[in-house]
Amino acid sequence: MPDQKPLSAPVLAPGFADPVHDAQRCFRAVMMAMAQPGTLKSFDPGSLAPPQPLSPMGAALALTLFDYDTPVWLDGSLRKSPDVSAFLTFHTGARIVSEPVDAQFALINDPRGLMPLCSFDQGSLEYPDRAATLILCRTVFGQGDAALLAGPGLKEPKRFSAGLLPPAFWRQAADNNTQFPRGVDVIFAGATEVAALPRSTTITPMEA
Amino acid sequence: MYVAVKGGEKAIRNAHKLLANRRRGDRSVPSLTLDQIAEQLALSVARVMGEGSLYDEGLAALAIKQARGDLIEATFLLRAYRTTLPRFGYSTPVDTGAMRVERRISATYKDLPGGQVLGPTFDYSHRLLDFALAAEEEGDLPEPDRACHTDAPMPRVTDLLGTEGLIEPDPAGDPGAAVGDLTREPLAFPADRDLRLQNLARGDEGFLLALAYSSQRGYARTHPFTGEIRYGAVEVEFYAEELGFEVPLGTIKVTECQMVNQFSGSAKAPPAFTRGYGLVFGQVERKAMAMAMVDRALRWQELGEEQTAPVQDEEFVLSHSDNIQATGFVEHLKLPHYVDFQAELDLVRKLRAEWFAARDGAKTGTQEAAE
Amino acid sequence: MSVETTSNLEQEYNFAYLDEQTKRMIRRAILKAIAIPGYQVPFASREMPMPYGWGTGGVQVTAAILGKADCLKMIDQGSDDTTNAVSLRGFFEKTAGVATTFKTQEASIIQTRHRIPETPLREDQIIVFQVPIPEPLRFLEPRETETRKMHALEDYGLMHVKLYEDIAKNGRIATTYAYPVKVAGRYLMDPSPTPKFDNPKIDRMAALQLYGAGREKRIYAVPPYTGVRSLDFEDHPFEIQSFDKPCGLCGAEGVYLDEVILDDEGGRLFVCSDTDHCEERRAAGHTGPMAADPAASQLSKGSSDAEDTVQ
Repeated sequence: MPDQKPLSAPVLAPGFADPVHDAQRCFRAVMMAMAQPGTLKSFDPGSLAPPQPLSPMGAALALTLFDYDTPVWLDGSLRKSPDVSAFLTFHTGARIVSEPVDAQFALINDPRGLMPLCSFDQGSLEYPDRAATLILCRTVFGQGDAALLAGPGLKEPKRFSAGLLPPAFWRQAADNNTQFPRGVDVIFAGATEVAALPRSTTITPMEA
Repeated sequence: MYVAVKGGEKAIRNAHKLLANRRRGDRSVPSLTLDQIAEQLALSVARVMGEGSLYDEGLAALAIKQARGDLIEATFLLRAYRTTLPRFGYSTPVDTGAMRVERRISATYKDLPGGQVLGPTFDYSHRLLDFALAAEEEGDLPEPDRACHTDAPMPRVTDLLGTEGLIEPDPAGDPGAAVGDLTREPLAFPADRDLRLQNLARGDEGFLLALAYSSQRGYARTHPFTGEIRYGAVEVEFYAEELGFEVPLGTIKVTECQMVNQFSGSAKAPPAFTRGYGLVFGQVERKAMAMAMVDRALRWQELGEEQTAPVQDEEFVLSHSDNIQATGFVEHLKLPHYVDFQAELDLVRKLRAEWFAARDGAKTGTQEAAE
Repeated sequence: MSVETTSNLEQEYNFAYLDEQTKRMIRRAILKAIAIPGYQVPFASREMPMPYGWGTGGVQVTAAILGKADCLKMIDQGSDDTTNAVSLRGFFEKTAGVATTFKTQEASIIQTRHRIPETPLREDQIIVFQVPIPEPLRFLEPRETETRKMHALEDYGLMHVKLYEDIAKNGRIATTYAYPVKVAGRYLMDPSPTPKFDNPKIDRMAALQLYGAGREKRIYAVPPYTGVRSLDFEDHPFEIQSFDKPCGLCGAEGVYLDEVILDDEGGRLFVCSDTDHCEERRAAGHTGPMAADPAASQLSKGSSDAEDTVQ
């Protein structure tokens, strides 16, 4: 539930305790996760206590990747909290946009309500790097529908599941990745681990 | 005798020591002060600030001193320093119409509102070496006459032409649209005019000069007239979100050049003059003029002209204008390349062996055929 | 405190020189580069305190990924103690205070110019390449707008024509370094000017490969275990250089050798280009045919007492 604090007393939660090195460690976890799709990489968001409902790992990724060059889209539950917007704006300077297609990053607190992946910027054939990156927070790894992942970064095919996702998620993700080099990339943010699903991965949804 | 290319550490240290020594030169000669450089080599300082993309006379003077007067090296020092500076935001556009003018000339009108102000210029000096300077006998310089400085407005020539519709209007532009910044987003083609102008403003003076010159000699023809050159101080302001108004940050000196170019019109537009624009830090007139000419030449597509010359080729011009990039890549050939050279050596030896084998084979073949 | 590990001298600069905003920008480009293997991601490359061409792309990539716990190896032409490797290693020692090493196995990040270590790299290692011209099609088509279209359409006919013309003219493909590869069956990529001898190493390499081109403002990547195929033709299969003698110092075979000219009478010595590999082998007791030669012993002494070549 969004925590409705009175606007008159905005208490801004602090960012990283050690901005330079915490961001570096968080980035390395994400980078290695992107390089080895579906592989869990550890990062402890430590003392981060962002305003509800933003998770500490979601906040850590935002602090690591967002700044005033990156338009950000928030899902419904995050958008409802002025504290979350204030936290993100103060610490990152990122502009919060209302249309998913305008965002370079999408921060999604409740992956179950995730809108179709094709709602986000898919990049172009000339500039596929301009596609959006989705950050799905509160991922519980090893639960829910699974998919078999193969391709760059994987020595051999790998089974991966990331908790509660919309029923059509893996089908959409598979479609997303068949448009390679266009398509979005997904980062899964657990409590102390991250994983990623770049568009280069071949995805085979598995029966539950 | 084999000489080790290895052991770089000691060699580098010593090279730095040597360089420091050579930079200082003869100890019996007084060391240059930064003030001396900033005051007496002001045009060098301006060039380094412009191409270095950092307005700070003190730092530019330091860079020139450290670089032993090599202006590209000094520019490089400023650029590298610039990398480490955090960015707080963007200033609002400077208003050159409100410039406190030290020099303002127009070649298109004999006289005009605000007058022709020659200011400090080499233009009508005779280039005779002044041996008095060598003898350090400058003595007291005569005080220049101060023009009866008026606060009368000094409208830009292009604005005067504009009221009659004789020159194309400045592109209206969308005030809300973000202005491109190639230090934030790498240049992509086709580049809009904002990025082209930024690229040219940071570009090498010599490169732009040669391109502009080529356009006067038939490699693209733009028929330029110097509508106006003005040099002086302008206010830089920053819009502070928290305060809700603009805060002055200080003044900088800039040279602005507006070239007026012939244009015969098209089916869509009546005949009118067109613009080329140049703006640089400090008094760097040659560069401002060259920039304005290159800017105009690059607009061929928008004005429905033909592309015939290098100066019109956006990719060619913009990709090679930066002297820090250029000097780095040219000079990197000094670095060891022996691994790749080895690979080429190996190939050339093989190809030669095959060539000789083929020739000898051909000889034997001919002999055999003759027998 | 963010600068506690940096030396006192350099406290005015951030950890690893770049400011945090620049690092974030580079990091975002790296993530996209990894997600699109072999595609060159444009990034707002900064002026660094060393010239373009000296490895500014590699340096920016390294600075953006480097952490306090890393151990950095810096090589140029395969060697840890060529002048530029020394200079770049010194830069990171000064600005980041990280541990450095000559040993391939000890390094967590290896930044290289023109070579890949002979020792196979591991999954927990990252190799950063310095790249001068990232566009493999650039010498065939100078225009960025054109080459971008070719990549978009996966239209690499021009490169095949070029290689085929080589064969027609020289009887073989006359590209010996920066030999073009196709990554994961999609993008044509320049593996940086490493000799083609090293191309097989980047095919399904266990380590993450990051490529940085500072002047050209591009970053690209090859994730671990990605298929990387060197272009060739059925009747002219890709082949690497082979040397008909072993390393004169350590006797290694199947490694890339540098040719060292010993005198003006044609005396030559072939030695491992990967100096760490050579030293490890010699430490393990391997000797090559020229190990006893006085010239060779001078060469193998390493950096501590090398000639000062400056005067």
